[in-house]
Amino acid sequence: MKRHISTTIDGEALEFLSEDGQTLLDALRDVLLKTGTKEGCGTGDCGACSVMLDGRLVCSCLVLAAEVEGASVETVEGLAEAGELHPLQKRFLEGAALQCGVCTPGFLVAAKALLEINPDPSEKEVRYWLAGNLCRCTGYDKIIRSVLDAAADMRGETE
Amino acid sequence: MARVILPQALADRFGGEVQLEIEGGNVRALLAALDARYPGIGQELEGRVAVAIDGEIHNDPLLEPVEEQSEVHFLPRLAGG
Amino acid sequence: MSDEKKFRWVGTRPIRPDGVDKVTGRAQYGADFALPDMLWGRVLRSPHAHARILSIETGAAAALEGVHAVMTGQDLPDLFAEKAAAAGGHDDSNNLAHNVMARDKALYHGHAVAAVAATSREIAERALELIDVEYEVLPHVLDIHAALAPGAPLVHPDRVAQGIENSGPSNIAKRLQIGHGDPEEGFAEADEIIEREFSTRPVHQGYIEPHACLAQTTQDGRVTLWSSSQGHFMVRDYTAKLLDIDLSLVRVIPAEIGGGFGGKTTVYLEPIAVSLSRKSGRSVKMVMSREEVFRASGPTLGTRIKIKVGVTREGVLTAGEATLHYEGGAFGGSSVGAGCMTIFAPYAFPHVRSTGYDIMVNKPKGAAYRAPGAPMAAFALETVMDELAQRLEIDPVDFRLRNAAKEGTLASFGPRYRRIGCVETLEAVRDHPHYSAPLGPNQGRGVALGFWFNAGLQSSAGVNLNPDGTVTVLSGNPDIGGSRASLAIMTAEELGIEYEHVDVMVADTHAVGYTDVTGGSRVTFATGMAIIEAVRDVMGQLCQRAAAVWEVDAERVSWHEGEARLDGGFEPAPLGLAELAKNAGKTGGPISARAALTARGVGMGFGAHICDVEVDPETGRIDVIRYTAVQDAGRAIHPSYVEGQMQGGAVQGIGWALNEEYVFDDEGRVQNPGFLDYRIPVASDVPMIDTVIVEVPNPAHPYGVRGVGEVPIVPPIPAVVNAVHAATGIRFCDLPLSPARVLARLDEARSPGSA
Repeated sequence: MKRHISTTIDGEALEFLSEDGQTLLDALRDVLLKTGTKEGCGTGDCGACSVMLDGRLVCSCLVLAAEVEGASVETVEGLAEAGELHPLQKRFLEGAALQCGVCTPGFLVAAKALLEINPDPSEKEVRYWLAGNLCRCTGYDKIIRSVLDAAADMRGETE
Repeated sequence: MARVILPQALADRFGGEVQLEIEGGNVRALLAALDARYPGIGQELEGRVAVAIDGEIHNDPLLEPVEEQSEVHFLPRLAGG
Repeated sequence: MSDEKKFRWVGTRPIRPDGVDKVTGRAQYGADFALPDMLWGRVLRSPHAHARILSIETGAAAALEGVHAVMTGQDLPDLFAEKAAAAGGHDDSNNLAHNVMARDKALYHGHAVAAVAATSREIAERALELIDVEYEVLPHVLDIHAALAPGAPLVHPDRVAQGIENSGPSNIAKRLQIGHGDPEEGFAEADEIIEREFSTRPVHQGYIEPHACLAQTTQDGRVTLWSSSQGHFMVRDYTAKLLDIDLSLVRVIPAEIGGGFGGKTTVYLEPIAVSLSRKSGRSVKMVMSREEVFRASGPTLGTRIKIKVGVTREGVLTAGEATLHYEGGAFGGSSVGAGCMTIFAPYAFPHVRSTGYDIMVNKPKGAAYRAPGAPMAAFALETVMDELAQRLEIDPVDFRLRNAAKEGTLASFGPRYRRIGCVETLEAVRDHPHYSAPLGPNQGRGVALGFWFNAGLQSSAGVNLNPDGTVTVLSGNPDIGGSRASLAIMTAEELGIEYEHVDVMVADTHAVGYTDVTGGSRVTFATGMAIIEAVRDVMGQLCQRAAAVWEVDAERVSWHEGEARLDGGFEPAPLGLAELAKNAGKTGGPISARAALTARGVGMGFGAHICDVEVDPETGRIDVIRYTAVQDAGRAIHPSYVEGQMQGGAVQGIGWALNEEYVFDDEGRVQNPGFLDYRIPVASDVPMIDTVIVEVPNPAHPYGVRGVGEVPIVPPIPAVVNAVHAATGIRFCDLPLSPARVLARLDEARSPGSA
């Protein structure tokens, strides 16, 4: 059976039909063709599919599509505003915080969630917050540095 | 004459010589000369091994030139990650 | 090229051309493609480690509403059986074909046995449940000991070992031996000899993006594949070969690749997707689940290495001897050859011999993993080197420096080294503040050296000059870690133009010449060489166009800093790239060039790592608290991405040393096929990874480039293990150093009566 879902994704009101049991991740990718959100495991272990659901950081592979009825979802695709990249995106680029880049959408969404509740995190806080996001390429060094740099940017302590 | 160094295991099967002085302008000619000395060895080596000529490894070496003073080693082929 | 040469772009850190796409979600990876008529393909996999397939009943699955195609191994051509039979059963194409889908026998838990294509993933999954496979379960072998035991079940009863005279069928796929001198003589000259045995467990490359592809076929036999891989030409060639299709009919469009580390240098899904597409007349998308990635895509498997090293009282190595057994999985083909070749490579050994055995077991077909075969070999040698240094009371770095390979050293794998940076790398470790920093209680420091060959292979490139003076570069290598940036840097440097005026495209198999895989640390080196050759061709054409404008001999015109100059001067006013490009139509037509080459002059690579650990005596948990990676990059074109390779390789190696292993049950089933139970390092597990890039330019490359991607995974295992020894006094010879294993050894050492 298909269910009619009305929701808001990256600020845009949307409607779609969801199969029973379909995850938010599959709805985003297969139904809405928003493939910026990635699947690395489908079991909530890698964080590549991280999105914000009503302000809460979730793995979209562990959320049913039906749960976003009336809710607001933010994905990596809504991070940049019009022509302007988010400070995290800029710092990830400048700091070479991505190699293959497939984990990057999840890291950006998760890091943004961190900086919203803790604008001045320590290195250790960043590492533990991002421990649910796996990266196999970078060894995390440049990711952590870029998040700390972006946090400083957002606090107005740089430039 | 180029200096050719054979893998020990192969040398054991073909006459026991590990180092040989062989004439040949390229790897194919070397293999032919080797094969004339030890029938069967050329076929054994061709297509299954890489060749190092003066320290540089070639994976598809048949037409690689071999100089008068070159040192030629036969190696197992490699895969990279 | 002299070291003093000042570069404008080489050595700088501009933003990668594909960067914005990758931070905004726009970049398309393997699973991100869709077509309107698309079906979803799914694979049924063997629940047994070893079983004869007696029958496969697919009628119920095919009858399910929404199912458009069902296939088994019988639907694939069997093209290589004769060739294999003539070679004692061993044929790479035959192995690949039978790994893609089992025919008469399933050889590991996860081996593909059938596949379906349906209108949704859910229907495809349901259809798999309706396929009835009758198995006769066979006894299996899971590790080296079992595979070599007398009377062991044979993975392939028809296969005879290569490299062993007059042997009967066995689980040995191959034996090889390399070396020089006479180890017995060398050991007779030694004052100290250490002999040890080491083991490692199967580990997975652990790329975050599962294998994925989309196949479209037409009635006239054409195939288009969108695929994530380390080489779309490899995907084209393997798929065409297994299905007997002309290469010109197969076009593979490279997706962005979400990590590979060697594991995406082969095909799993593509031949199946094409077959399902042909059967159904629809396009077919296939994406592996994470469980499938672990069960069915290639790990690097278990190893056992016995090693013996002799040294004089003065700390000069006299002999090395090793016997290496590497599991190759269900078809053999392990990296034991490279293990044999690299194990003694970093040092000058007057007498050395390595004997390798490639062993078949009922585990997934092994695949390349970053410096394939070398990390396990380095674990053995570098642990023994540490012990020898300790026994001789020599500083471990000094000990290594006394024996380090240099230009002219007879390498353990045969030839003499050309210019290498082994000594310079070790000196940078010795002089680094980390090496002499104080340590706290329960802490220890280890160092280790690593070597990898790097590869050249075949590359093609295209360079198109646009009418506004900007440049489009075509490469045939998927960009796995920033290579578009390094290729753009070299292009801008050669031409003397802005980096931002160069864009690099990874072109499909119909658009650029044949190019070998993104592997062997070869892209910036080899494809870079092809691009430089094409760019220099473009520069030559630009000079000719300027000569035509000036009505002078082309020999009098040369290219400097982005402009053509007559006799190197400024009279007449030089002609810039933009102006020449704009007027190209009037001076002879568009300007573009191609180059294709087999890259010569590979620069071999060395890296040395310093690792500090703290061991919790209560739990056995090991924390890496400080880590420095030093490596000779020849020349770092984009230092950030060189550092990134070093940091990523170090952490991958730390994971291999401390956590990672496949767990099999007694039936040969993988018990931990997911990231929860197969735990790769997370951000909170590791410290910052400091890097030192040593630059001993490779004389054969225009900018001195050596490959950098693989070396960094070679030193970490012994660096960690040596650090743990320094912290605890315990030498670990078996991986991984998981808390339970460490605690058991700590308890043993603490128990009354132990030495």
